[in-house]
Amino acid sequence: MLWQFLSNFDNSSIYSSQCANRMKNRSLVSIDDFSTEEMIEILDLTEEFEKQPVRKLLEGKVIATLFFEPSTRTRLSFESAINRLGGKIVGFSDSSTSSVSKGETLHDTIKMVSSYSDLIVIRHPMEGSARFASEIASVPVINAGDGANQHPTQTMLDLYSIRKTQGTLKDLNIFMVGDLKYGRTVHSLMMAMSRWNATFNFIAPEELKMPDEFKLYLENMGLKYYEHSDFTDIITKADIIYMTRVQKERFSDPIEYEKVKNVYVLRNSMLKNTKSNMRILHPLPRVNEIHTDVDSNPKAYYFEQALNGVYTRQAILCSLLGIK
Amino acid sequence: MKEPKQMSVSAIESGTVIDHVPAKNLFKVIQILGLDRIDSQITFGTNLESKKLGRKAIIKISGKFFEDADINRIALVAPDAKLNIIRGYEVVEKKVVEVPDTIIGIAKCMNPKCITNFEQVITRFRVVSKKNVALKCHYCEKITTQENLQII
Repeated sequence: MLWQFLSNFDNSSIYSSQCANRMKNRSLVSIDDFSTEEMIEILDLTEEFEKQPVRKLLEGKVIATLFFEPSTRTRLSFESAINRLGGKIVGFSDSSTSSVSKGETLHDTIKMVSSYSDLIVIRHPMEGSARFASEIASVPVINAGDGANQHPTQTMLDLYSIRKTQGTLKDLNIFMVGDLKYGRTVHSLMMAMSRWNATFNFIAPEELKMPDEFKLYLENMGLKYYEHSDFTDIITKADIIYMTRVQKERFSDPIEYEKVKNVYVLRNSMLKNTKSNMRILHPLPRVNEIHTDVDSNPKAYYFEQALNGVYTRQAILCSLLGIK
Repeated sequence: MKEPKQMSVSAIESGTVIDHVPAKNLFKVIQILGLDRIDSQITFGTNLESKKLGRKAIIKISGKFFEDADINRIALVAPDAKLNIIRGYEVVEKKVVEVPDTIIGIAKCMNPKCITNFEQVITRFRVVSKKNVALKCHYCEKITTQENLQII
């Protein structure tokens, strides 16, 4: 209600709330940096940005987007979010065009850029790089992916997509399919959804099963999970099917890859008896794990999910800058 | 025939005796406690027989007393170490080491892709298990276990 009221105004000075103040000047490196309450506040704010995405809330602000490795989707999503908010962007999309190629350390790059900008978005192949950057920078840092470690804005957009399609985050049956061993998005999403009493079903080949530490985490939380190696009509129980890509380079034995590469593929014919509320998510890019015949099914939600990323990033940018 | 020369290691008047150090980790303990940079008289013996450890080392440091927080830093390499605090040639206190909750600047993260292995970053870990030591890297969030533990 409050947000509906506030969204009628475009004057940024009116937009202030406890949430903005609490998150102001903080960095978002790991999904655990947000409390459950803060996550909900971000999701509520995302909803407002979806209704009204073009707002000049970042006018006069400079946001640095430092992409030390290429990531077209994430970078464009952030840049679209910043542009719609009227902010200016400085940065690079590939470290070969930055001073890194001259041997500059991450420490020095961050030190310098934090004096040029109001917030830094960083993607870096080294794990822990974003945490390190957040300790050096004098401005908030958003982790846009640090190697196989964390990608918290992806998790927030996944949560937003789940809440939007299901009307709630509580008591849902989440199916995760494909590479559950190395996929950072599934790990972060699993950890996040465990806050809302989810039941999990993990469908993966033997080599790419959900690691024990995550299963142990669920056991300690008292949450139910089931493991399957066959991708069958078990999915009729799902509220959400979260698909991931099975990558060839993850297999030590190429024969094993050949055996499973066409097993974990979702096809339209498999969706016949699935629940009406069920939606299919995928962090994208997909290769062949979702057949293109699924795309026209109303249960396919992955492209909308990617669009939700723009609104989610708008909400996160504004919260960390204390602007609403 | 000449008598073999003997050099006795006399008891210290006051200071600290660290016993039950695994022989292979003696120099790591010296390094962690910075014993190579202090002026105190230090004697150590290594490859001494020990029922518990096989081969143990012992370090006697004259005139030096440690804070608990400092001494606990050796817990990663000498979890069974026992300290005798000596005053006036008497053992006035015995201490055991305890694995601390956080480990700063001692251990190396085993994740080859961790930023701490590329930039000059002081490593930081949260101890997630004290019995079979497991350290969670503050930066990359990966776990380094006892078997893979390397002291910097």
